[in-house]
Amino acid sequence: MRRLGYLYLALAYGFIFLPVVVLVVFSLQDGRLPVPPFQGFSLRWYGKILSDRGLMTALGNSAAVAGVSSGVALVLGFLAAHGLARVRLPGSVLMRGVLIAPMTVSYLIIGLGLLTLFNQMGVKPSLWATGIGHVVINLPLCFAICFAAMGDHQKSAERAARDLGASEMRVLWHVSAPMLAPALGAAFFLSVTFSWDEFIIAFLLTRFDVTLPVEIWSMLRSGLSPATNAIGSLVFLASALVVIALEALFRRSK
Amino acid sequence: MSDERRLALALVSPALLWTLAFFAVPFAAMLLLSFAHMEGRTVVQGLSLANYAKALGEPSHLKALINSVEITVTVTVVSVALAWPLAATIAWSVPARWQRAALLMAVLPFWTSYVVRSYSWALVLGKNGVVNQAFGAVGLGPFELASTRFATVLGFTHFFVMLLTLTIYANLIQLSPNYARAAQDLGAGRLRTLWHVILPLTLPGIVTGAFVTFVLCIGDYITPQILGGNTELTLPQLIMLQMGRGGNFPMASALSVILMAVVTLAYAASARWLRLDRL
Amino acid sequence: MTASVTIDRVTQTYGGAVALHEVSLDIAAGEFVVLLGPSGCGKTTLLNLIGGFAQPASGRILIGGRDMAGVAPAARPTTTVFQDYALFPHMTLAENVGFGLRMRGMGRAQRREKAAQMLALVGLPGREDRRPHELSGGQRQRVALARALAVSPDVLLLDEPLGALDLKLRRQMQDELKAIQRQVGTTFVHVTHDQEEAMALADRIVVMSEGRVSDLGPPREVYLRPKSLFSAAFMGEINQIPVVAGQSAIGAYPGTGTLLIRPEAIGTSGALALGQATIMDAAFFGTHVRVHARIADLTLTLHLPQDADPQPGAVMMLYASAHSFLESR
Repeated sequence: MRRLGYLYLALAYGFIFLPVVVLVVFSLQDGRLPVPPFQGFSLRWYGKILSDRGLMTALGNSAAVAGVSSGVALVLGFLAAHGLARVRLPGSVLMRGVLIAPMTVSYLIIGLGLLTLFNQMGVKPSLWATGIGHVVINLPLCFAICFAAMGDHQKSAERAARDLGASEMRVLWHVSAPMLAPALGAAFFLSVTFSWDEFIIAFLLTRFDVTLPVEIWSMLRSGLSPATNAIGSLVFLASALVVIALEALFRRSK
Repeated sequence: MSDERRLALALVSPALLWTLAFFAVPFAAMLLLSFAHMEGRTVVQGLSLANYAKALGEPSHLKALINSVEITVTVTVVSVALAWPLAATIAWSVPARWQRAALLMAVLPFWTSYVVRSYSWALVLGKNGVVNQAFGAVGLGPFELASTRFATVLGFTHFFVMLLTLTIYANLIQLSPNYARAAQDLGAGRLRTLWHVILPLTLPGIVTGAFVTFVLCIGDYITPQILGGNTELTLPQLIMLQMGRGGNFPMASALSVILMAVVTLAYAASARWLRLDRL
Repeated sequence: MTASVTIDRVTQTYGGAVALHEVSLDIAAGEFVVLLGPSGCGKTTLLNLIGGFAQPASGRILIGGRDMAGVAPAARPTTTVFQDYALFPHMTLAENVGFGLRMRGMGRAQRREKAAQMLALVGLPGREDRRPHELSGGQRQRVALARALAVSPDVLLLDEPLGALDLKLRRQMQDELKAIQRQVGTTFVHVTHDQEEAMALADRIVVMSEGRVSDLGPPREVYLRPKSLFSAAFMGEINQIPVVAGQSAIGAYPGTGTLLIRPEAIGTSGALALGQATIMDAAFFGTHVRVHARIADLTLTLHLPQDADPQPGAVMMLYASAHSFLESR
């Protein structure tokens, strides 16, 4: 039984890593096409993408949009979770439903809705518009993670702080946020990941300043090239390193 | 209203307002637009159901909806069927100290760029790709693998197997080992323990993961565009076509509302077991 | 319906650490045996070995005279009541209780009838269609008991089944558990760390410590004449007076070892004179007055009757009405 399990595990890993391995191997292709046969080892495609101004600008744009939109989503989500976890308001359940709702809607529809609204209001597509869209998709996530992390333990510590004379802002800053630090960190990290990798909203809501996925998309349209493999490999290696580092950190702190 | 409640409301308001302004209002605007029609290149507001009639009546449009639902259902079922044993193997067969590493490995490619992941599959499946080269080495093929529904389903499955492995694994390790022990103690064999006890207990994890898969899959434009080619259209591809080619926003909106309705149906079907707040 | 259990020099190790060390034990058919000890003493390990959830590193386990080596839990004439109950949350009570019967191929109608009977036996008549989450902790415990008993096991294993209940409910469940055991006649092997629970339930108590049997016998014997210092202390508060070559703090006593006297055995009369004691403090406990008193360097704890009112500083002559002596080896 166990042997069968390991066989399945090996097959699954093979399936899961196949495209990544192909991606990375042919990013090193010393030739014009990222397909077999492998013609020799070369780093020239990496050199090419790193000196590609458009790509590097898109990379910066993506980082800025991801950072800012995740920050906003986290603050809004944390405050809302804090408010809803404390007291039962009339309509609490409805409010929670509204906050979670965007999670059940396709990104395409969220993007299209915003595009419709911005068109009607005469707002031009921009990175800001994209950021607004990314807050919409990440707010439910941040809210849900924070809300789930606020247990009775949390509530009694906050009550104790209030009892000792802390103002609400101070309770939030000195008690709630530090106690929730792991949840806040996880929510922020996930938000950054989703925003960083999000394509359709960015595609619909940007025009000249584009994010990385949109830039890669336009690279694809000019055909297969090891340069696409190179940028894909770089993004993968960087994200994988971050994930592994976070995991190691998490393990150490346990 | 007490001070406490007023404060709580003040804390919730910003998030609520954001969601209303940039999610509910845009959706309403889109809904309204779906009842408009095009005269030449200009949008004329109105209250006509013509877009819906065309979307559901015209075979080329209806086919896109059917394609999307077929692909999504296939992907969801196949992904669950592949991910469950993978999560179970990691949870039960891998020694405890290696479990997190095994799980991390199983979902590491999750962190590749979404666009690049589909592109990688196109490379793998292409006419000169590694799969056809491997077949060629034993005298078979080449097969037409890229630009097919098979490629779309495979690309999606690759992504969602990773996602579902995470949700199902999280569900499995929360289960007390005593459930399985109790079942076996009362005379159930391995298979019956799995079928009568473990599987039902992981249903919330499965359904939650499957629902997320459904929502993300049916609304995705990239994967069918890169891997499916233009042999058949999915609903998101049709929506993008409507917007791009003729600038027909009313039609795109109507199609989006239909997409939304399908997701709502899926939600209603699975609501009983859904735990979205515990993802 | 009932069977004896024989544990024959069983050793169990977990990654180098010895959890059980050559434990031998004979349990008679129909006996109610309680394995008592602190966490980590090996009592749950022993229970798991009897249930077949683990295989011993060495030694044999026989149930009804049959060697259980290599026999899966499903094939053993044992069932277990788990500490967390492990009731199946997606099944009704009738389905839970009938699960074992279903696995044995019994028809639906018969199963339901038997489940109703079992639920009635544990005091939950008419609740067949409820689900576990609708029940209180005590009720869940009863369902777990009914489920384990429904398949008429020869031996019922109970892993701290009352551990999650509050004190009052626990005492009530003890009485019921004992009554049910008398009624069904099945051999019960029950694990707990609560010595009062052990005394309330057991025909025989097995006191365990660090993977070994430290003491065993009927409650009265283990309490009054413990065979080890560990058992003496674990069964309840006790005064330990060292005796070296016939000399001790309370005067001459033959032998070398430890004189053991329970607090309630000390009073103003008795066979063994302890000496003139100075009262240090006293507190009223309802059923008794708890007193600390000093004889030379020795501090004794004693329980005086309700109506006693000793004053700190007062001097009184103390006697022990019962005691035991453990020879040093």
